[in-house]
Amino acid sequence: MAHFPKPAEGSWTEAHPELGTAPVSYEDSISPEYYELERDAIFARSWLNVGRMEQLPRTGSYFTKEIDAARTSVIVVRAGEDDVRAFHNICRHRGNKLVWNDFPREEVAGTCRQFTCKYHGWRYGLQGDLNFVQQEEEFFDLDKADYGLVPVQCEVWEGFVFVNLDPDNTTSVAEYLGDLGAGLVGYPFHRMTQVHKYRAEVGSNWKLFIDAFAEFYHAPVLHAKQAVADESRKLSSYGFEGLSYEISGPHGMVSSWGGMAPPKDLNMVKPIERVLRSGLFGPWDRPDIGVDELPPGLNPARSHAWGVDSFVFFPNFMLLVWAPNWYLTYHYWPTSYRTHIFEGTLYFVPPTTARERLAQELAAVTFKEYALQDGNTLEATQMMLESRAVTHFPLNDQEVLLRHLHKTARDRVAAHQEQRSVSAVRISAAS
Amino acid sequence: MSTFPPEFSDLEPFADWALRTEGERYAKRLASSMDELQTFYDAALPRLEAAIAHCDQHPLDALPDDAERLLWLCYSLVNASFPIEVWRQQRVPDSGVASMDVVVEPAV
Repeated sequence: MAHFPKPAEGSWTEAHPELGTAPVSYEDSISPEYYELERDAIFARSWLNVGRMEQLPRTGSYFTKEIDAARTSVIVVRAGEDDVRAFHNICRHRGNKLVWNDFPREEVAGTCRQFTCKYHGWRYGLQGDLNFVQQEEEFFDLDKADYGLVPVQCEVWEGFVFVNLDPDNTTSVAEYLGDLGAGLVGYPFHRMTQVHKYRAEVGSNWKLFIDAFAEFYHAPVLHAKQAVADESRKLSSYGFEGLSYEISGPHGMVSSWGGMAPPKDLNMVKPIERVLRSGLFGPWDRPDIGVDELPPGLNPARSHAWGVDSFVFFPNFMLLVWAPNWYLTYHYWPTSYRTHIFEGTLYFVPPTTARERLAQELAAVTFKEYALQDGNTLEATQMMLESRAVTHFPLNDQEVLLRHLHKTARDRVAAHQEQRSVSAVRISAAS
Repeated sequence: MSTFPPEFSDLEPFADWALRTEGERYAKRLASSMDELQTFYDAALPRLEAAIAHCDQHPLDALPDDAERLLWLCYSLVNASFPIEVWRQQRVPDSGVASMDVVVEPAV
């Protein structure tokens, strides 16, 4: 039984005829060869969110980001008041990784006046210019101006720092994020600076975890054991229906109800939740976030039951804005066709009392326990997809964002391959 | 030398739950028996409201040491509540050996 209206076309999926309604192949998630294509077609040429401005509080603040899918590591640095830059994390002398501590593969953060290579002591300014070469007179015709750090395109949107590894990219982040991004402009992300960040190595293709978080069809079932028994049975009998789905370019979003913060009936929730007035949907007592009205992109159905909007920004960035005035980000960083690093980060208005802090702690730990169930299930999915005993899978209307994600990835790979074969033909014609 | 403020002396047997980081609290939960978790939960939950009220006599960023340790114990109670209130086991069901590490958490 439908509780919420669907588009005139009859379903969220059929409102986008290019998606089709046929069962979907998951070969794109189990093929090492296909993953190699995705690395070049997607990760080496899309805007990727690598952090927040709060990680760069002052001039000289920096952090590194490992982007294995694009075969690089980048340094992101605040070079001045309004000057955020990114560079490939490589010394121009002989290719050593420039910024790291102890473990070459681990990310680091800090504050400095310049970057000094551990190997031979070459030094670079915050703008990337090469300032010092050890025994410079030993080199041959070396002009330091020719050996600055290799820049990476870097832009800040609503406090989120993005990089694009394609030097030929001509699209701004705001353009790239399109209508869905524009609808979020003005949300006070900058007020939510209390951070709980989790990281996990997950044994699945990166798209499978986005699948898991881009649909809530699974929630009443997989997470049934998380709720008190009566509530769990009720949730299963209702199933899940989104308030609204939107698809725009490569991105999508689902708007969901959220009657749990606060719940209508206190018997629906666990004892600790009753005392701390918090749970999966966040603290029940909403902090002041200094805005009278939310930006137009949030709660697009204008539903009184609104709980959370989940945005899937292609390729690997999800942003969840919750009705009780906090937000959550997910990032999925592929490390092979069957593994990726998952990051889940919760952002709250900084608490001023122990009561507020404990409410946030409960929300954060609850998030983690749900995510552990999700992550482990993905490994089970990956394993059996790889059996290829079944190759095509029926996706329902509440899974429309999955259909869209996999199609977008496939389209990007196809377009990139076509472009490469066109250039190859041009090169061979010219020779 | 007591761990907690004097009016919370009844919680002194659980002083080893006053752990600063989520990683330590989670590890202790996994290493505890269900009986131990139940005993801790039964002792701490009825004191949670009073503990919050005690801590909230001070600004969160200026808690006396004993109140801060009491708050850490409350965080541990949050962590230990999941096995007791719903799962009847230390780990969330269907999570196998999956792990998720805290890489950034609040100072207090």
